[in-house]
Amino acid sequence: MEFQIDQVIGNLNELFGGKDHHRQRKGLDFITIPKEQAVAAITYLSNPEGFKHLVLLTAVDWLEQGQFQLTYLLNNPDNKQDLGIRVLIPRDQAVMDSIHDLWGQAATYQRELREMFGIHFPGSPRVDQPFILEGWDGPPPYRRDFDTKKYAEETYFPRPGRSSNDPTEYMKHQLYPDE
Amino acid sequence: MSKEDLEKRTVYSPEGEPIEIDPLNDYFLDLRPESYAPRNGVIEQFANWARAESLWVLGFGTGCGAIEMRPLMTPRFDAYRFGIQWRPTPRQSSVFVISGYLSVKTLKRVIRSYEQMQNPKFVVALGSCTINGGMYWDSYNTINRLDHYLPVDVYITGCMPRPEALLAGFEELKKRIKAGKGDGANKYADNFDWYKANQKKIIKDWDMPDYNW
Amino acid sequence: MSKKFFSWNEDRSLYPPAKPDGTIDIDLSSHKYLKIWHGPQHPGITGNMSLELTLLGDEVMACETHVGYLHRGFEKLMERRKYIQCFPIVCRVAVPEPDFNEYCFASATEELAGIEIPEAAKWLRTLVLEMARLQSYLMWVGGQAGAFGQGIIGQWTLYCRDLVLDRFEELTGGRIYHMYIIPGGVRGLLPDGFRERMEETLRIIERFMKDVHSVMFNNSVFKKRSVGMGVIEPEWINRFGIVGPNARAAGVPMDVRKDDPYLKYPELDFEPVTGTDSDIYTRADVRRRDLLLSVDLIRQIMVKIPDSGEIRAKTPNVLHWKIPAGETYSRAECTRGEFGYYMVSDGSEYPRRVNVRGPSYTHAVSLLEKMIINVNIADVAGLMVSLHTYPPEIER
Repeated sequence: MEFQIDQVIGNLNELFGGKDHHRQRKGLDFITIPKEQAVAAITYLSNPEGFKHLVLLTAVDWLEQGQFQLTYLLNNPDNKQDLGIRVLIPRDQAVMDSIHDLWGQAATYQRELREMFGIHFPGSPRVDQPFILEGWDGPPPYRRDFDTKKYAEETYFPRPGRSSNDPTEYMKHQLYPDE
Repeated sequence: MSKEDLEKRTVYSPEGEPIEIDPLNDYFLDLRPESYAPRNGVIEQFANWARAESLWVLGFGTGCGAIEMRPLMTPRFDAYRFGIQWRPTPRQSSVFVISGYLSVKTLKRVIRSYEQMQNPKFVVALGSCTINGGMYWDSYNTINRLDHYLPVDVYITGCMPRPEALLAGFEELKKRIKAGKGDGANKYADNFDWYKANQKKIIKDWDMPDYNW
Repeated sequence: MSKKFFSWNEDRSLYPPAKPDGTIDIDLSSHKYLKIWHGPQHPGITGNMSLELTLLGDEVMACETHVGYLHRGFEKLMERRKYIQCFPIVCRVAVPEPDFNEYCFASATEELAGIEIPEAAKWLRTLVLEMARLQSYLMWVGGQAGAFGQGIIGQWTLYCRDLVLDRFEELTGGRIYHMYIIPGGVRGLLPDGFRERMEETLRIIERFMKDVHSVMFNNSVFKKRSVGMGVIEPEWINRFGIVGPNARAAGVPMDVRKDDPYLKYPELDFEPVTGTDSDIYTRADVRRRDLLLSVDLIRQIMVKIPDSGEIRAKTPNVLHWKIPAGETYSRAECTRGEFGYYMVSDGSEYPRRVNVRGPSYTHAVSLLEKMIINVNIADVAGLMVSLHTYPPEIER
């Protein structure tokens, strides 16, 4: 049977409650799957549908909505099709099921997300070991409510005399000094 | 090495004999560094000339500037003709080239490597990021000013500095050493407490001896 | 136990048995094992990372990769910079091949903003990306030979790389970081006489690569140490997300330039280079042939590239540039495999989230930890280099 991405999307909508399908370009689609169904949907995609390559796993912090968006980008190498699975999880209860038994590198991604966003993946190997940071005692740094500039200025002895400008204001002042 | 490895504990020899160890005291000699008093006149001048003409660089690429080290070692720029060569271990090196930004995790390793180097030792810092943070001035993980943690002899500006700039920087370092001004290690020994306080302020899980050599 | 573990022992019953997942139980208090750190301050490591090795005799029994020494928090820094302000910092993500960062970031931005770049800019981008591949491979050949004790190869290929960097300098003004690809196009056209000088550079590279082939690839020491070493099984390819030459050496023709053609690659005539044996030697050979393919592709590009024409599409004032909300992923084939940027915009002047997918991410951590078991300590450096990992793109 010939591979049809619309067929796959239809199956996802029907079987796993997928919604908000969006075609970004030919060969790249995004779809939102509820948290409870997500790992089942990814397992389904990886085996019968041939999305056997995990391109990346990352998170987006929607601070205003109080949600994290996990993005699993899967690739179907035989049919040259990418599919991004969006999973929304609450920000104050950031726990997600692990997919390390499907892909070896997922454990690394999950370890990074645990450290950088504070999203917990119970059962993933070495997930609680520090990955990138060492001796970090602040909040998870990729969360949007963490202010990196303030932290750096308080911690790292900024050299006096170094200033930074808002580029918009600065260029306006340079080009139109009279206004 | 994890933190538990540094705690006092009992280990057993192959014969089953218990041995009490305290790694921080038993494994490391943590005497404070001492500043070096120059000898008189001609002898010191000769020693400085000899030091300046054989700069041995520690092969530790700490940041992105390390990518210009290999062109420096190879025929186009060939730093070897100036008496500069790369050594694999801190024990054999006299120059530490900090090649760019330092994350906190690397800074810890850099301090240990620096302290293991023998006197006289010099620090050359590359790139804007070691001077005031450069591109990463607002990053939560990179230090802004290297001279708060290690004594810097020569800064080479640029992002990243070209090999020609590096060669010029090494020439400058030679001039300073010959003039008897290459006294970074003395500065480190004299202001040891200040440097240690700065280092400990940003390295949160300090699990090494205060000075190790 | 009287047997001494000095080197590889035929009698495997002396070694601890492996569990089904390949790991073993290590009892450090038995005094049989030695734990050493390979890096970060070590001449045999690729860049600033470290391996925590547990040895029995001179054989590696367990390994943990430690990264994060180069973490600058790019993805956080980009959130507080405007799109145009991100351009100077994206190229610093992966130092040896900055152009792929620039291209992926630019193409993701353009896709979200709906900008179509002019033909000449497409050609120039293709040229710059192919030159970046060439110089990165040239540096890698020297590293691989150096890991097996052949210093002279590095001297030759780094000289060649300097010639490519000279061409970069002519074209872009920068030696390592070029910042040549900007949103909407590129910064300049080919300078006068560029073709002739490029052709001369390519000829010199081909001449040196002939020497490299006879000195390195027919060298008995190199062959003895690399043939049959560090084999990647074909079924690991998707299991561990292996891409690029590491996958192609196992016979899987995985090349983004063919699979998801971008820029002007559909108009160029080439076939992905593949191998069969998937050991260190095959990976080295695949990379050498890929390098020569890059030389060939640059020749093809130089014939077709226009000398004049529009090189930049119209963009709004970049200081007030609001990118429409959306998300996308753009990828390109760098020397290590698929390099990609995942970008989310919320309709403001600042990117909501940018995630860099560096190919070393999968190779250097999960794959290396698996492959390195039972390897002799002397071959660890060679094995690491053969995976072609660059730490800065793992931790960003």
